Amino acid sequence: MAETIEIRWHGRGGQGTVTAAKVLADTCLSGGRHVQAFPEYGPERAGAPLKAYNRISTHELRMHCPVLVPDVVSIVDATLLDSINITEGAKDDTIFIVNTSKSPEEIREKLKAGPGQKCYTLDATTISIESFGRAMPNSPMLGAVCKVTGLVGLEHLLEDVKSSFSKKFSQKIIDGNIEATKRGYEEVKEG
Amino acid sequence: MAKVVAVTGNEACANALRQVNPDVCGVYPITPQTDMMQKYASYVSNGKVDTEIILVESEHSSMSACIGAAAAGGRVVTATSSQGLALMWEMLHIASGDRLPIIMPVVNRALSAPLNIHGDHSDAMGARDTGWVQLWSENAQDAYDNTIQAFRIGEHMDIRLPVMVCLDGFIISHSIERMEYLEDEEVKGFVGEYKNFLPLLDLDKPKSYGPLILPDLFHEYKKAQHEVMLKVKDVVLKVAADFEKLSGRKYGLFESYRLDDADIALVILNSAAGTTTDIVDGFRARGIKAGLLKPRLFRPFPYDEVAEALGKVKAVCVMDRSDSFGGYGPVFMEISSALYPLQERPVLINRIYGLGGRDYLPEHGEAVLNELDEIAKGGKVEKYKEYIGVRE
Repeated sequence: MAETIEIRWHGRGGQGTVTAAKVLADTCLSGGRHVQAFPEYGPERAGAPLKAYNRISTHELRMHCPVLVPDVVSIVDATLLDSINITEGAKDDTIFIVNTSKSPEEIREKLKAGPGQKCYTLDATTISIESFGRAMPNSPMLGAVCKVTGLVGLEHLLEDVKSSFSKKFSQKIIDGNIEATKRGYEEVKEG
Repeated sequence: MAKVVAVTGNEACANALRQVNPDVCGVYPITPQTDMMQKYASYVSNGKVDTEIILVESEHSSMSACIGAAAAGGRVVTATSSQGLALMWEMLHIASGDRLPIIMPVVNRALSAPLNIHGDHSDAMGARDTGWVQLWSENAQDAYDNTIQAFRIGEHMDIRLPVMVCLDGFIISHSIERMEYLEDEEVKGFVGEYKNFLPLLDLDKPKSYGPLILPDLFHEYKKAQHEVMLKVKDVVLKVAADFEKLSGRKYGLFESYRLDDADIALVILNSAAGTTTDIVDGFRARGIKAGLLKPRLFRPFPYDEVAEALGKVKAVCVMDRSDSFGGYGPVFMEISSALYPLQERPVLINRIYGLGGRDYLPEHGEAVLNELDEIAKGGKVEKYKEYIGVRE
């Protein structure tokens, strides 16, 4: 991996986006890496657009400001593509991962992605509904981000999802989230 | 053995308090401190500590309860932010005047009005003259380490003063970062058993706290308070040396970053100092000798040491995340006082940034360093005090 990976998450309140960023930070701790996970705090309301950030690095992270030039942009809610500029600050080789039933090619066209930029898609909402009966796309998105970036392997990720969710949820929800994370990891497609 | 974790600044402080296991904790919620005390209350409920928590109806009562408990002879903690610290104000003076070593994380947040819940330093800077020792923290690790060291500093028999540990609201309190926890036993051993000094509950030796002192002795009492503050610096360094043996992490009165041969430098507190180290590295890579001074011990202020560290720099900007309206920023005033006695001293300017949680971005620090670079080459100072990052 590059020395430092910076990730920006776009979601809506109530989709578990901040939790996804937190679990990613936790799972990336392995191998002596330095991690940060932080949301942009505003008036928190279900359905309102929100941003969250990760930095993962081989060296100490002393930067304490939002990610301005993301290596990866993870879009947990595709309706945001029409309402905010999710490509802001993107580099020539920024990776976009979008929760949508559309194909990566369609998304590439919509984002007007450059030749060096990569677009990935997965239907995280459907996966979550099938896995545990709720439209909570965070765990499949987390799986997809790990797959695309290669930050952590599937087995390690699932262990961490299990321990993170076991603090708060029933066994049924934990199992559903593990399944959803696994499917996100496996079903994300490149275009 | 250190344990590597990814936690928020609030969790880190709550865990430090758990490891110390104080006798009494005054609890009142206020954003962004709330989940620190919520976490601590859960430690109490789950039997992880045997602290008596006192749920009060205001921060004024919280500090009052802490003062009573500390005078009675307990090891006492609380935590607050913003309006909560402001509401404690009169009791803060009583805690320090009565020489009660209460330990209090302060999660820095702006003061109303207008209402704002985000991070700036107005709250703790407003408490600058309350007689409390102040330690400032860049990140969750600093906040955790400072909280643990605060007990040894405040409770030192030559000191016996309350200590506030400042960390940035949201930017640190609610961000998850990698850090290292010490083992419970290590922390317990480091802070040691609480040593009592004139406890009210020693009923065989009745005593009284906070009596009336008229003009015949009040002046002397206050001079004594200043003199004990002057001893704090050495204790902070001694405690830091012991802490380094335990943790491997080095603390001083402030951090000097690439300052030895610097031509230009920023002075900046807390989380923004971390961001600034990366900016300084960028300038160094371009051959510009930039540096940084991050204060840690703000009260008492280490004037001589800061003068020594900054004296040879050509131009310095003091960055303040709070303001004294109609005056200069509070950190600027200290740096200015520290440098004035020198025969030759840097050109000094003051920039106010980040009020009410406005992001401090690399471009802000870069613009200031570019300005300093011009000044160091003989350029004119356009304005000594200015707000930066202002929306047009």
